[in-house]
Amino acid sequence: MKLKQLSLVIPNEPGALVRVCEVLKKNSVNISTLTLADTANFGILRLIIQEWEEGLKALEDDGLVVKVSDVLAISIPHVPGGLLKILELLNENRINVEYMYGFSLSTRERSVQIFRLDDTDRAIEVLEQAEVYLLDPDELFQKE
Amino acid sequence: MASKTVFNPISAPDYLPQEQLKELQVIRLRQRVSEAYEKVPFFRAKMEALKVVPGDIQKIEDIAKLPFSVKKDLRDTYPFGLFAEPMNRVVRVHASSGTTGKPIVVGYNQRDIDVWKEVIVRGLVSAGLGPDDVIQVSYGYGLFTGGLGLHYGAEALGATVVPASGGNTHRQIMLMKDFGVTAICCTPSYFIHLIDKAQSMGVDMKTLSLRFGIFGAEPWTQEMRRYIEAHTAIKALDIYGLSEIIGPGVAMECAAQDGSHIFEDHFYPEIINPDTGEVLPDGEEGELVLTTLSKEAMPMIRYRTRDITSLNSERCSCGRTLRRIKRITSRSDDMFIIRGVNVFPSQIETALLSIEGTLPHYQIILRRENNLDTLEVQVEINAQLASDTVSGITALEKRIAKNLEQIVGIHAIIKLVQPETLQRSEGKIQRVSDLRNLNPIS
Repeated sequence: MKLKQLSLVIPNEPGALVRVCEVLKKNSVNISTLTLADTANFGILRLIIQEWEEGLKALEDDGLVVKVSDVLAISIPHVPGGLLKILELLNENRINVEYMYGFSLSTRERSVQIFRLDDTDRAIEVLEQAEVYLLDPDELFQKE
Repeated sequence: MASKTVFNPISAPDYLPQEQLKELQVIRLRQRVSEAYEKVPFFRAKMEALKVVPGDIQKIEDIAKLPFSVKKDLRDTYPFGLFAEPMNRVVRVHASSGTTGKPIVVGYNQRDIDVWKEVIVRGLVSAGLGPDDVIQVSYGYGLFTGGLGLHYGAEALGATVVPASGGNTHRQIMLMKDFGVTAICCTPSYFIHLIDKAQSMGVDMKTLSLRFGIFGAEPWTQEMRRYIEAHTAIKALDIYGLSEIIGPGVAMECAAQDGSHIFEDHFYPEIINPDTGEVLPDGEEGELVLTTLSKEAMPMIRYRTRDITSLNSERCSCGRTLRRIKRITSRSDDMFIIRGVNVFPSQIETALLSIEGTLPHYQIILRRENNLDTLEVQVEINAQLASDTVSGITALEKRIAKNLEQIVGIHAIIKLVQPETLQRSEGKIQRVSDLRNLNPIS
């Protein structure tokens, strides 16, 4: 149910992203989706990788400091208010969204969003009870 | 003698009563000054300028009549200008990297090499090491005095020497583990790097047979000692020295870990006021000045080390009568002035190490932008402190900046960087890069 996300603090300068991608390519690790948060000084690169353990090892072997966090992949219907329903649920239960970003494998009917929450376990409980569609890693990485 | 260490005959001078030691010092000083006056034109010229002759040295306090020497003197006489003996008597040379241009060169005859070995043996014995120890020397071998100096000293002790030299961190850890190494000699910053590396290799330093670390060649702090001792099962000891005098082994900490004993029968210490040159009494802080009492190939008279410390003449709990120098955490020449504030890199280190999850690797960058000096501290992040949120990283930077401002008194720009982004040498680490152009062409 939970998904592993790898994140790295990288300098906000040319070449920083290249290094990470090169390491992953050299080790034949594919990135499923990524997002980059930037500030004036640094960026935080967050990666969703199917073989996250291999990815982690490759990056760490290259001397990089990598943080592993639990995130949720939530399937949201492409209708007005689809996302709102999820957010209301979380809000009612005082669960904070640290950040979220779209997953690249989305369909015409539904989109997949990655959520980083301050209380992942409770979120799973709450969302499942409300019959929100959470994707497990196998489903998420299934090639259609 | 309260010491539990095995008595080694070579260590006898360590226990000489102060009065007897003074007699020995003055005899040796007179001899060295005469030789320097006769054989080294540079020293003769300096003494003549002060109207001093060797005969003016009657008691040890008369040393204050002699001229100082500084690093620039070695550069000006490059390469062999300060040698007192012909090259067919010189058996070895070493060189240390100067900050600019040519290195400084030092020379030894066989007797000097023997003195060097002797002081290192005495230092290692005072730490509690002996022939049963396996000592890994991870200082660089070569022109740098660290590697070969400790190598021959450890060998003379009768220990098993693993001459690993610097670099190849992975292999260093493998050797330590597989060879049952009990003591390592390297720079403290390199050892912290080894601790990090061992962790990532899944090696628990605490389970190794490593019991001692002999650390030197760069200033380090009590906080670094605590960090090292908390992450390993070793006693971390300070060794002090400089090529100009002999190399490592001028002073070393005994097992009491309460200051480093200066091997005063070979190196005469004074503490001076760095501004006036006035000699200060024991206990007062100032610049350490050293005179070689035994060295023949290249005597040094009143060499200004730029290291700030004080001399402690109280009897040590180990029983040795040799005076001790307080831990050197600052050099008067790595101090920098920013916006009128004197800053020592060790202060920045203290601020960084006071954060839980400690960040021991850092570099200081000074810039001048629009006629305003900025202090940037690049700090290597570690897995414990990494965050996946911008707010988490920003909060950490703020926390570091606040700690730093409390200790140093000025605001710094904190930049978190990935490990190994910072230049890490196996010799001395260059902590400060001053990019300020003080004479801008406008």
